[in-house]
Amino acid sequence: MEGFLPIEHAVGWSIASAPFVAWGIRSVNRRIRENPEQRMLLGVAAAFTFVLSALKLPSVTGSCSHPTGTGLGAVLFGPAAMAPIGAVVLLFQALLLAHGGLTTLGANLFSMAIVGPFAAYGIFQLARRLKASFAVSIFLAASLADLLTYVTTSVQLAWAFPDPVGGFTVSFLKFAGIFAITQIPLAISEGLLTVVIFNALARFNPQELRDMQVLGKPEAQA
Amino acid sequence: MKGRQNLLLLLAVVLLAALPLWLVEKPAPDALDAEGKPVEIFGGADGKAQELIGKINPDYQPWFQPLLEPASNEIASLLFALQAALGAGFIGYYLGSAVTREKLKREQEKQVDKARQASASEDNNRGKDAHAG
Repeated sequence: MEGFLPIEHAVGWSIASAPFVAWGIRSVNRRIRENPEQRMLLGVAAAFTFVLSALKLPSVTGSCSHPTGTGLGAVLFGPAAMAPIGAVVLLFQALLLAHGGLTTLGANLFSMAIVGPFAAYGIFQLARRLKASFAVSIFLAASLADLLTYVTTSVQLAWAFPDPVGGFTVSFLKFAGIFAITQIPLAISEGLLTVVIFNALARFNPQELRDMQVLGKPEAQA
Repeated sequence: MKGRQNLLLLLAVVLLAALPLWLVEKPAPDALDAEGKPVEIFGGADGKAQELIGKINPDYQPWFQPLLEPASNEIASLLFALQAALGAGFIGYYLGSAVTREKLKREQEKQVDKARQASASEDNNRGKDAHAG
């Protein structure tokens, strides 16, 4: 999508995303200084995003898209941490793969590395407070974050390219028809995969997850 | 139990990825779209969005080109595979070392237990000796 976002939108989204990236770098640095042993787990969160955003999966709409993988890191390290991690992944794809794009980096950061992770974190906390099980909370957080990322993309494009007749709303529905609908089965896949990796982490690192206050006491023993 | 849950979840992911290939109707081989190009399925959603932008605003010209484009689709899939392999490799390494750490810890605990039992029975014997003496 390189060059497909008008320049004022490209600049605007970059300005909107920059403070989150700065906040994320600070929060990640502080965490690593206080708990150096969490460095590896942070690597896992980044690696998960790396894998999932490389998986272009077919969808029921007849087109392909990829998951984002940001829910895992957001639940583990808080939502801000995913902004710099997302920036690394998006830069890799923009520079080497001509996928995404440098001019759309700000907009993509905002949808994938800011809206998605904040949604994941909020949904996870809410689901836990509503006494949903750990697996269900993780599933909802990861899959809805994935979906909301693409809803945000649709909003961004509709804002830049309002329909000449129907304006923003009609345009949004059209873009959402491409991105959000395609994303539904992919979002479910991402939710399931995030539960799988959390199961593995909780099985072998229960103490670490408990220290990070991700796992409650009862689940950690299971 | 957890192992089986993971297996079922992974199976569901595979099904979700495979079902569209089966459900989406293939276009007729000679079908053409509005612009007279052959209809393709399972192209990227990004490409569809670019088409839509062209429809909404036909005058819009992309103002920037990718600095570096993969030389061909084959090279692009190489790079995507590399990206996935790097990520999966790291996750595999982390889980592998976590499994080993857990195993070593359990073995150590077992040994400590054994040593404690041994010393306990020794104490017992000594107690008996003392009694006998």
